[in-house]
Amino acid sequence: MQELVSIFVKSIFVDNMIFAYFLGMCSYLAVSKTVQTGVGLGAAVIFVLGITVPVNYLLENFVLKPGALSWAGEQFAEVDLSFLSFIMFIAVIASMVQLVEMIVEKFAPALYGALGIFLPLIAVNCSILGGSLFMQERGYNTISEATVFGLGSGVGWFLAIVAIAAIREKIRYSNVPAPLRGLGITFVITGLMGIAFMSFMGIKL
Amino acid sequence: MKLLRNFLDTIKPNFEKGGKLEKFYPAYDAFETFAFVPGHTAHSGAHIRDAIDLKRTMVTVILAMVPALLFGMWNVGALHYKAIGVDASLLDAFGYGAFKVIPLIAVSYITGLGIEFAAAIMRGHQVNEGYLVTGMLIPLIMPVTMPLWMVAVSTAFAVIIGKEVFGGTGMNILNVALTARAFAFFAYPKNMSGDKVWIDTTTKSGESLVDGYSGATALGEMAGSGSTSFSAMDAFLGFIPGSIGETSTLAILIGAAILIISGIASWKIMASAIVGAAVMGGIFNIFAGYAISPEQQGFMGIPFWHQMLYGGFAFGVVFMATDPVSAAQTERGKWIYGFLVGFFAIMIRIFNPAYPEGIMLAILFMNVMAPLIDHYVVEGNIKRRLKRVNA
Repeated sequence: MQELVSIFVKSIFVDNMIFAYFLGMCSYLAVSKTVQTGVGLGAAVIFVLGITVPVNYLLENFVLKPGALSWAGEQFAEVDLSFLSFIMFIAVIASMVQLVEMIVEKFAPALYGALGIFLPLIAVNCSILGGSLFMQERGYNTISEATVFGLGSGVGWFLAIVAIAAIREKIRYSNVPAPLRGLGITFVITGLMGIAFMSFMGIKL
Repeated sequence: MKLLRNFLDTIKPNFEKGGKLEKFYPAYDAFETFAFVPGHTAHSGAHIRDAIDLKRTMVTVILAMVPALLFGMWNVGALHYKAIGVDASLLDAFGYGAFKVIPLIAVSYITGLGIEFAAAIMRGHQVNEGYLVTGMLIPLIMPVTMPLWMVAVSTAFAVIIGKEVFGGTGMNILNVALTARAFAFFAYPKNMSGDKVWIDTTTKSGESLVDGYSGATALGEMAGSGSTSFSAMDAFLGFIPGSIGETSTLAILIGAAILIISGIASWKIMASAIVGAAVMGGIFNIFAGYAISPEQQGFMGIPFWHQMLYGGFAFGVVFMATDPVSAAQTERGKWIYGFLVGFFAIMIRIFNPAYPEGIMLAILFMNVMAPLIDHYVVEGNIKRRLKRVNA
């Protein structure tokens, strides 16, 4: 239990997808103009990460890893399919994103319109694939650890996008120098937020 | 006074439209409005009638910092003479401290104001006086041994990236002084932390008198060994090593009183930050037995009110968390913001062995989150009123 809490808190603050690894920047920069759309996309990312990481965990441990197929019979014990992991992970992610898209279109058409192209683009959001690859690299022991890690990473991404969306709403009327308006100042803000998040670097839980 | 007015009036035509120094009008304007309250009023937008304007506000904040500054100067000298083993009079100690601290202040003001004036002239807006406070805060939160060029670089970074790119005073998202400190902290960690930087053991001309004299801060000792050699009373009065202005809680409380009585800083933020620190400190007191190391257990076990006396907690809460620009701006938001500042400050101190001083990063983190808090407070107000209208 303590282990799960530690993984969750760590993946939100210490290993934050945006501020520690700068993953998933494109939609983070593009959809953070208002808090409302930020919340929508953030929730979608939590959902997708929360589903794909455990599913990919099962794939990894029962299909792809060297020797993972030994449950199917003696003759498969030597099989190593890990070269397939990228394509398998992406396939899972793409299908999950389709699901999210259908749900959002059905139940929140306004949000669907506001998110536009960035909703299907979650499929290629680096933080989603990053979540699955970190799961593979760090070798979590149980499926609950993988799930908690996926949800925590999603929550961290959510926190980052709503925080920057609120800041961008606040500075909307600031007299920013013309060359920096728009994306330029957003990058500067992201860097400054990264400094603020460094408070959590190196925390041992 | 009359003389100054006449002088300003005679040179004014040079700076007005068509004058030969027209470009430098912002610089002229800054001096004129600093010396005399301007007679004109705002032309558009919402009007608020108030007895003081931004410049007078900022000067009040600087006055509130004077006790901490004077005490800091004396403390620098006193620790210096103690380190080299010389009995020194109060005046000697103060003189040495002033000799070391005033260059820091001068560098911070020259760099910062230089950039401010340049930016104002380039972009054709007024010079705002937010920097008067920032320029005083920056030296107060640096160790006394900080090389002057590092102070200048950090100041330049904070003023340009932290403030001017957002459009100048009142637009920054992070507290500018803390941005400077965070920059220095991450860029020059050797000069900003450890146990060699807090006490200046060199002579006025810079020759080293004692080699390897180590004087860790109270928090540094606690993170290292779980206990400190400084008593809570010493920490309250301020006879301990630390950044120049942060050591004396008593001097800071005098400043806090000035700020609260004049209504300039929000007492809500200060009060809720203290509550937040007390809650987190209390939680650690209760759960000290679960610490992962004996050092951490010692650190967690100290009574929670001691946490507020050591380190920069008091200084940060009084002068930096209450920064009206980067703090939460709604009244309910201030309670939440202040509480979380105190909460995170103590949490980072204990959980993050790399940064025994948590208040700087706690305030920066909450500066980032403040607009979000405001957003939801405002949203909540809208919802509540809509309900009232519809009912």
